[in-house]
Amino acid sequence: MDRDRLKIFLNGVTVVAVFLVLFAFSRYGTDYQVRILNNMAIFITLAVSYNLVNGYCGILHLGPNAFVAIGAYTSALLTMTPAEKQMNFIIQPIVWPLNVIEVPFVLSLLAAGLTATLFAFLISFPVFRVRGDYLAIVTLGFGEVVRVLCNALQNVTNGPLGLKGLSPCTNLWWTWGVAVLSIAVISRLIHSSYGRALKAIREDETAARAMGVDPFQHLLLAFLISAFFSGVAGGLLAHLITTISPTLFTFLLTFNLLIMIVVGGLGSTTGAVIGAMLFAWGGEALRIVEKPMDLGFVIIPGIPGMRMVIFSLLLMLVILFARRGIMGRSELNWEVILTRLDRLRRP
Amino acid sequence: MTSTIFLQQLINGVSLGSLYALVAIGYTMVYGILRLINFAHGDLLMVAAYAAIYGIAVFALPWYVSFPLAVLFTGLTGILLDRAAYKPLRSAPRISLLISAIGASFLLENLALVLIGGVPKAFPRPEPFDRVVDLFGLRIQVLTIYTPIVTLVLLLALLYIVHRTKVGKAMRAASRDFETTRLMGINVDRIISVTFLLGSVLAAAGGIMWAMKYPQVNPFMGVFPGLKAFIAAVLGGIGNIMGAVIGGFLLGLGEILIVAAVPELAQFRDAFAFVLLVLVLLFRPTGIMGEPFTDKT
Repeated sequence: MDRDRLKIFLNGVTVVAVFLVLFAFSRYGTDYQVRILNNMAIFITLAVSYNLVNGYCGILHLGPNAFVAIGAYTSALLTMTPAEKQMNFIIQPIVWPLNVIEVPFVLSLLAAGLTATLFAFLISFPVFRVRGDYLAIVTLGFGEVVRVLCNALQNVTNGPLGLKGLSPCTNLWWTWGVAVLSIAVISRLIHSSYGRALKAIREDETAARAMGVDPFQHLLLAFLISAFFSGVAGGLLAHLITTISPTLFTFLLTFNLLIMIVVGGLGSTTGAVIGAMLFAWGGEALRIVEKPMDLGFVIIPGIPGMRMVIFSLLLMLVILFARRGIMGRSELNWEVILTRLDRLRRP
Repeated sequence: MTSTIFLQQLINGVSLGSLYALVAIGYTMVYGILRLINFAHGDLLMVAAYAAIYGIAVFALPWYVSFPLAVLFTGLTGILLDRAAYKPLRSAPRISLLISAIGASFLLENLALVLIGGVPKAFPRPEPFDRVVDLFGLRIQVLTIYTPIVTLVLLLALLYIVHRTKVGKAMRAASRDFETTRLMGINVDRIISVTFLLGSVLAAAGGIMWAMKYPQVNPFMGVFPGLKAFIAAVLGGIGNIMGAVIGGFLLGLGEILIVAAVPELAQFRDAFAFVLLVLVLLFRPTGIMGEPFTDKT
């Protein structure tokens, strides 16, 4: 078997193995474990797509929470039945045509991704006119504007009350299916000429432009793909927790994603996956510091908010002392593993 | 809108604007020297407000002792912030600095949350600021009049330091050209510390007045004033102190007057500033008083 076919085969085996593990969990795991696995997959999708913009393009985009919010609301509004909508919108009735539409879950996810992409396209013109700190603030501002709109447009989003009673359509197959799909699509993109152009822009935009790379086109492509997957992940999230409100999609969400990709290593898809998994697991494991602890002779009271202190400290320590994170910019894929094995065999 | 209401709103706008201006100066000074948005700058408002509360409530100090101490404490926090979060990254890529700034901001907020708790604390408003006066038939809180006056005094003091003292000269030099300033035998790290000190002191003054104006102090109170003050700094032309002041006043007046003119827009109030930011960056990225962008390397 030649190298490329071997890699495709091994990737297939990996995916099958992952889904076998998931099958085991869905059969024998507790609800709690399944929930963490679902969170993990959604975080992976979000982190990998966020890393595409922040890690590979080297621009600090601070508004993924906006795309997650747009995706979540789009998908939720599309799957709710007209009767449920009437029950939810008690202050102001919902606008036509949203009040009569009801589509299957899969279509609503697609719509969530496309709506997020559309919004990304609309804001890309002001966003990519600037770079660096300004881009960070503009995208952060977009996130805040979306949150303000979610609160204010009561006849579309039901305002601060949010949407309740969504059907829990999200399961392990959906979340991990989307996660694997996003990793596959984004890895393909990174290893194409587009990916190399993105890295060139990251390293030196002027030089890239001199080589005939149009920064706007390339950054736009990455931005749109990232927004699409963020939107889909938002739809999955909405149908996982079944209740959404504007407070879910604040800057805190972006901050958490930033921690994942910085700890994993900016500019590494493997790093983003590792970061997301660690975050989903660590977030649960660290709950212990917020619970009262009884050590027999002394009782330590739980301190709410301690987890966020630890997370922000972790982010600062990584950025100050280990800026490359876990993976740096390297990847862990079959190509790397096979090369290592070859070297071991023929020293 | 009758003329009295208009006048009333105008005064409110000037008062809010002067608060934005105070905070914006800190952003603009740090940006001028380090080319960094100090995301944690807004949180210094919160630090100052809590410090003032503790001075009054816990140590039973009179306000004229507690407030200056709170300002000093915040100034030192600003220097510490630079030393801990930004100094190790002077030669790192810009994205790392920004991430560190965001991390520092969240750390300050959540430390306050853990140490003090999330329940909003009432800010004690000292008697001299609590009166209501009659001015040309308008009933106005004294604080609303004091705020712009304090801002003006602090601004004049700052302009004196920046333009008439040796440290100020060094600061202006550092914001032009870092390396050459260093070659001239100036300790740039000390100048940066002074910059953070001055910016934080102004933010602290803004924070205390903000807390007296809206006497609910919580760990996240600095986030929105901070973001808006940053936008004010961009509007005025970042790196330019007078620009920050003008931007602050324009933003404060604009927010108040738009809501006064069209009350239905009140719920979108927090979005104005960001829309304004996008417009400024689209049509005049250098702001009102700004010079063309220069990239420091």
